[in-house]
Amino acid sequence: MNQLKNFTKGFIKENPVFVLFLGLCPTLGTTNSAINGISMGLATTFVLVMSNLVVSSVARLIPDKVRIPAYIVIIASFVTIVDLLMKAFLNNPGPHFEPSLYDQLGIFIPLIVVNCIVLGRAEAFASKNNVITSLVDGLGIGLGFTFALFMLGSVREILGSGSILNYKFIQGDGILLFVSPPGAFFALGFLIMLMNKLSKRIS
Amino acid sequence: MSNMKSSFRNMVLTLFMVTVLSSALLGIVYELTKEPIGNALSNKRTLAFHIVLPEFNNEPIKESYDVAAGRDIFKFYPGRKGDKIVGTAVETTSIGYGGEIKLIVGFLPDGTINKVAVLENKETAGLGDKILKSKSDWSLQFEGRNPENFKLSVTKDGGDVDAITASTITSRAYCEAVQKAYSALIKNGKK
Repeated sequence: MNQLKNFTKGFIKENPVFVLFLGLCPTLGTTNSAINGISMGLATTFVLVMSNLVVSSVARLIPDKVRIPAYIVIIASFVTIVDLLMKAFLNNPGPHFEPSLYDQLGIFIPLIVVNCIVLGRAEAFASKNNVITSLVDGLGIGLGFTFALFMLGSVREILGSGSILNYKFIQGDGILLFVSPPGAFFALGFLIMLMNKLSKRIS
Repeated sequence: MSNMKSSFRNMVLTLFMVTVLSSALLGIVYELTKEPIGNALSNKRTLAFHIVLPEFNNEPIKESYDVAAGRDIFKFYPGRKGDKIVGTAVETTSIGYGGEIKLIVGFLPDGTINKVAVLENKETAGLGDKILKSKSDWSLQFEGRNPENFKLSVTKDGGDVDAITASTITSRAYCEAVQKAYSALIKNGKK
């Protein structure tokens, strides 16, 4: 398989959020700002790459009937590692005592375990492909997921808070609906429509 | 591709190996991150003390003591300069819109609120998170007020605090937390 194609498919053609509709819970939950979206995406990417790597290398040694529990244990271990690492190193409040990144993403990090993208790639791709291909796949899908979260986070931050990447360009409140959960659905719906139009034009 | 046969022995062995290796890996990472995590948490508190208390030169964390008031137990952190107590930081919590709100309130010796810092919150971004100083000036209205003559509840409830637009629940919870800290301070005798 062409590795470049394998890598780029995660962005448009098989984007987990816009096309496969996987992992919508963290997508809607964490994207109230662009930074949160990127951080959640990168944390998921790390888990995805590591679990793809391990699953693809041990898949042959795991009997079929117990493969799902085995994969879940592997994935859960990496999620816990991300959680511990973030708690240790991304837990410093800002100069004006803004909450740290770990405090902001809080409960969503452990939830990466049940993100169906991760198990989906382990089961549908990594268990059937070699280590390098799986690694590239994990990286591509993970960054595609990050890209989608960043897009959604930006749209919601621009419309809802009048700022982008914490840089405020409109004083006062934006359209408050967009920072609340229903706004996430609206923004996601329109983004999916746009992406569908775009990907149709490309192919 | 030929996977291992799904015999009982193979399955038990595989799951055993997977769990043992995972726990070993987690154990190592836990040990490695234990110290940095502890440091991060105490750094966060120390930074909060510097924000909410006037200048001090002791280590409030080492001199902390518990005060029971109502059903809660509050942690008091006295700030001293030399022998003189310059203020007391009180850790307090209440339930907001998205979950627990944890504040550190700095009181001057006469009971006046010096400054307040938000230690933890799960309030809605863009709405309830205006309790953070980095997001809006809302919390400044508490500074320099003495709850003796400043009613700690939102104007809607007959108090003196202007609520955040569209976040009354959060504002109420914030006031409640500060009020609880003040009550504990009074109970302990203003110090």
